[in-house]
Amino acid sequence: MTALAQDQPVITQTHADVTRDVVATLGPPSRGYYLALFTAVGMFLIGAATFVALLKEGLGLAGYVPPVMWLVYITTFVFWVGIGHAGTLISAILFLFRSPWRTAVYRSTEAMTVFAVMTAGLFPIIHIGRQWIFYWLLPYPNQRYLWPNFKSPLIWDVFAIGTYLTVSTTFLVVGLIPDIAAVRDKVSGWRQVIYRACSLGWTGADNQWRHYSRGYLYLAALATPLVLSVHSVVSWDFAMSIIPGWHGTIFAPYFVAGAIYSGIGMVLTLLVPLRRVLRLEHMITEYHFENLAKLTLFTGSILGYAYVMEYFVAWYSGNTFEQTTFFRRAFGPMWWAGWSMIVCNAFVSQLLWFKKIRTNLTALFVISIFINVGMWFERYVIISSSLSNDYLPYAWGQANPTWADWGILIGSFGWFFMYFLLFARTFPIVAIQEIKEMIPMPRRKGAHR
Amino acid sequence: MTKHVPGVLASFEHIDAAVDAIHALKQAGNADLTVYSAAPNHELEEALGTGSSWVRAFTLVGGLTGCAAGLAMTTWMSYDWPLLVGGKPIAALPPYVVIMFELTILLGALSTVAGMVLLPQLKKIRGRPYHPRFSDDLIGIFAPCGPDRAQALIRILTVSGAVEVTHEA
Repeated sequence: MTALAQDQPVITQTHADVTRDVVATLGPPSRGYYLALFTAVGMFLIGAATFVALLKEGLGLAGYVPPVMWLVYITTFVFWVGIGHAGTLISAILFLFRSPWRTAVYRSTEAMTVFAVMTAGLFPIIHIGRQWIFYWLLPYPNQRYLWPNFKSPLIWDVFAIGTYLTVSTTFLVVGLIPDIAAVRDKVSGWRQVIYRACSLGWTGADNQWRHYSRGYLYLAALATPLVLSVHSVVSWDFAMSIIPGWHGTIFAPYFVAGAIYSGIGMVLTLLVPLRRVLRLEHMITEYHFENLAKLTLFTGSILGYAYVMEYFVAWYSGNTFEQTTFFRRAFGPMWWAGWSMIVCNAFVSQLLWFKKIRTNLTALFVISIFINVGMWFERYVIISSSLSNDYLPYAWGQANPTWADWGILIGSFGWFFMYFLLFARTFPIVAIQEIKEMIPMPRRKGAHR
Repeated sequence: MTKHVPGVLASFEHIDAAVDAIHALKQAGNADLTVYSAAPNHELEEALGTGSSWVRAFTLVGGLTGCAAGLAMTTWMSYDWPLLVGGKPIAALPPYVVIMFELTILLGALSTVAGMVLLPQLKKIRGRPYHPRFSDDLIGIFAPCGPDRAQALIRILTVSGAVEVTHEA
């Protein structure tokens, strides 16, 4: 972190330039934007249609084969929760570290977090089968006075994801208020009426800033341990069981590093085209992408280390079941998924040792796609391979995803991109106020501090 | 209808000019100033001499309440319908720490936001004039005063380097 913080971004704009340029992103959208939005809505509709079919016919449509009763939906749930983590790392953790490069990219990553967690939240509901009684997970008194089992990691998950969604949304909205006020003061007509209502009376008065700045700092300080806890709790959904390949103490840090890695992959996937579509090349520069690439390399290396450790522990434990699981991951029927995860995550990220690749946006975009694919496969391998071969060979079974699995997966990407694209045209996607904070206020001629 | 506050509103392009104006106004006996800026600025805060925010008290109380609520909820609900499984304790602290932690963060964050919303209301700034450029590139200083003192304040602000000074009657 220190190494990243030593470099300073070059900002040549004035305060007025920043407001003008960011407000310009909220103007009439380009054809490319509409194309992306309609594609996203189309994908979402595929997911919605699949969900209706699931409601009507039940989970039998999905590719569950006993004993594999967690498959694509839980895989995709973990995938989307993980995506959110990079947003909180950049918006909260790097805020506490005072990293200057976060300012231009943090709003888009924080929005990504909120929409990713929103997407993730759908999956446990889809997965439970009788989706209309999902509220049984919440601690409310029912007619038989039964309460949730707080010793179950699945209930921890409800609290962790619920808190994460609430705090991330709060953090995003609070950060937006001064910027919405800046937009309010630049637009006119009905748009001004809407932005005025959303700005909650913000004027940038000294007593507003005094409480705002401290409050924002505390929110960042609360979000930091939260983000580490959330994927730890998600990992305990697996690690608290005794299934071979899941029951490891390595799981919490392994999942957190993987989550941040996958999240930065998605940040790159979103930002490379976004800066071109919204003409933000002078604000989100090579400098920001290089820092994102360094974080990718760092977390990708941790992940590679975790993969090696998993195999080492399986061998060193002397536990036949553990050894069989890991042998089958590499050489069993799902070898292609196991190797996809290792190549996409542990090996592809190592290309980022080269500065030429770190500063080449096309290369970064391609690598980010590999990361997204690799991280989805990681969760698929962990879930599917462990469940299919546990302690009793007569009960082994191989599950294969069906159209109902793929339909929901495609729909989740559509749902996520649809919200992100709508957000990018409605609210400032670059934090006006924080960029201005980094630009020294002008002084009278000859005056020095 | 919010009552309009009479006074003098000045706009500054330069931070050092705004800081000089704050010092000069305070010296002239104007303590109740409102300073507008597009981003928080330490020089303005120092010149105004405002103390640290009490938002931290909201965060602390919210966090502690969340932690206690997490412990109380899990323990009470466990004993409300006791299920003895394998001789293990009905209420077990280690798994409940997760719920306590999450609720600490949740209520800590929500009460922090409550503090951020409520605390600025303590100082009444409604009815004070505002200019849209204060959210863009200018610093605004508003000093409430009656018509008798307006000219003196306009002079102080102009000498300090204000680019525009208006008397809001």
